[in-house]
Amino acid sequence: MAQFLFLLFAIFTVLCAVGVVVNKNAVNASICLILCLVGVAGLFVLLDAYLLAFVLLLVYAGAVAALFLFIVMLLDVQGKETFGLRGFRTIAGFVAFALLLAGIGSVALKGQIVSSPPVSVAGGAQLKLYAYQLFTTYLLPVQIIGFLLLISMLGVIVLSKKHEIAEDAQ
Amino acid sequence: MFDFYFEIPLVIRLILQGLAVIMVIFPIAGACSMAERKVAAWIQDRPGPNRAVVPWVAWIPFFGKFLQRLGVFHVMADGGKMLFKEDSLPGHVNKFYFVLAPIVAMIPALTTVVAVPFGAYFDAAGKLIPIGLAPLDIGMLAVFAVSSLGVYSAILAGWASNSKYPFLGSVRASAQLISYELSMTLAVLPVFLWVNAPGTEGTMGFARVVEFQSQPGFLGGMWFGFLMPISAFIFLVALFAETNRQPFDTVESESDLVGSFHTEYGAFKWGLFFVAEYSHMIVGSGVFMLLFGGGWNPLPWVSLATAVDFLGTFLPFAHVPLFVGILSIAIFMGKVLAMIFFFMWVRWTLPRFRYDQVMKIGWQKLLPLSIANLLFYAIAIALIQK
Repeated sequence: MAQFLFLLFAIFTVLCAVGVVVNKNAVNASICLILCLVGVAGLFVLLDAYLLAFVLLLVYAGAVAALFLFIVMLLDVQGKETFGLRGFRTIAGFVAFALLLAGIGSVALKGQIVSSPPVSVAGGAQLKLYAYQLFTTYLLPVQIIGFLLLISMLGVIVLSKKHEIAEDAQ
Repeated sequence: MFDFYFEIPLVIRLILQGLAVIMVIFPIAGACSMAERKVAAWIQDRPGPNRAVVPWVAWIPFFGKFLQRLGVFHVMADGGKMLFKEDSLPGHVNKFYFVLAPIVAMIPALTTVVAVPFGAYFDAAGKLIPIGLAPLDIGMLAVFAVSSLGVYSAILAGWASNSKYPFLGSVRASAQLISYELSMTLAVLPVFLWVNAPGTEGTMGFARVVEFQSQPGFLGGMWFGFLMPISAFIFLVALFAETNRQPFDTVESESDLVGSFHTEYGAFKWGLFFVAEYSHMIVGSGVFMLLFGGGWNPLPWVSLATAVDFLGTFLPFAHVPLFVGILSIAIFMGKVLAMIFFFMWVRWTLPRFRYDQVMKIGWQKLLPLSIANLLFYAIAIALIQK
């Protein structure tokens, strides 16, 4: 049963991911993106990574994708600009694709990413373990990401303030 | 007694349990729409809906008249109207998303129930076993995650309707829902800081929160609503905003937006939005009662176990798990319904906030307050639980 569900969610996720790229209508594409995220969350649940699944839903499907959809609807872009593959873009596209392939290939061939030793996961132990790791082993990445978020927050404040001043000057 | 039930395959059993819960929530949500009108009438000192009656009930001498006055048959009349009305589809809408939006409204509203335990019983060893669809370790996170998907119904409905009022409404809805989610999440954190005392297994589940509120002693038996009043208040205000209830119903304020994102909807599709709103209220009230209102404990400082022991002095079957389960579910449902009455009461007490006031309250008042509250409790809990 779990095997069947996993296959179902995997196919669903891949189809939705293809839909994001292929769809000409931006609204359809963002809906596909949301469904894709929900599919990935489903996969995480089937892999017993409940925390990851719900954090994914909370942050990406609940807030980030909502903003995407929101902006798409506000701007009402209906595939007016065609995005052609010309010159530099083609090269950049191929390089990005090659990098992605290399990344996936290295993970697939080399086997597992070195993970923390398996601990018996019972009850709430998983959540506690996760939090503990965040505050000890992975403290630096967490701090760096926090700093990045702070920079983007400051950027938003600066940008919106500038706009206001320009309006006042008029 | 119930061995035959456990011989059914797990998948079918889970589906049956899920259906059972939906079959309870759906009629309650319908009845709430009726109760809303009746409560509104009481508060405004008028009789309210009191006409509809099924003929053969009207023949019962006293009771029939009473039921008619109470307006219970208006639920059926309303439901029938919604089902049999012409389900018109305006010509200018995006048909696919227009039909999809009410369905998307229902899904998160009913899915959040999965993580909410609504009762408990004691097994042979005297251990408390919560009754719920999925005893999730991360219950609170799951509820937040799934309910945050509810914003899509408003966005989709407003956009697919392809007219101005619905679109404005959906813009407001998405901004409001995302803004108040922040304060709501921060308001809940002190509860889980307190519950995850050092030396215990970490959890975000609701059952533990209720267990913490049913310990002996003054501090142990205290409901978190008394222990953390500011958290409870912030959570309550954010809950009103998240469920689009007055005074935060700028999202569908009929005086300036006609009906907002459901302006173009009619018949059963409109009814689905309505039921989704009440389902959100029911689940939200349930979460509030679990976190701050003692869950299935009947009174502050009186836990379920104490109550069952007291009943056991004159009821021979008080310790039977089935009786305890039903008792706890009844207590919990009673609290949830009281909470929903409170929602309705507030609706006819406070005037609606203007949209800019909603944003100002959310970002400039509630968010700093919840951060200060979190800091205070983090320090206090660290000192107490050291």
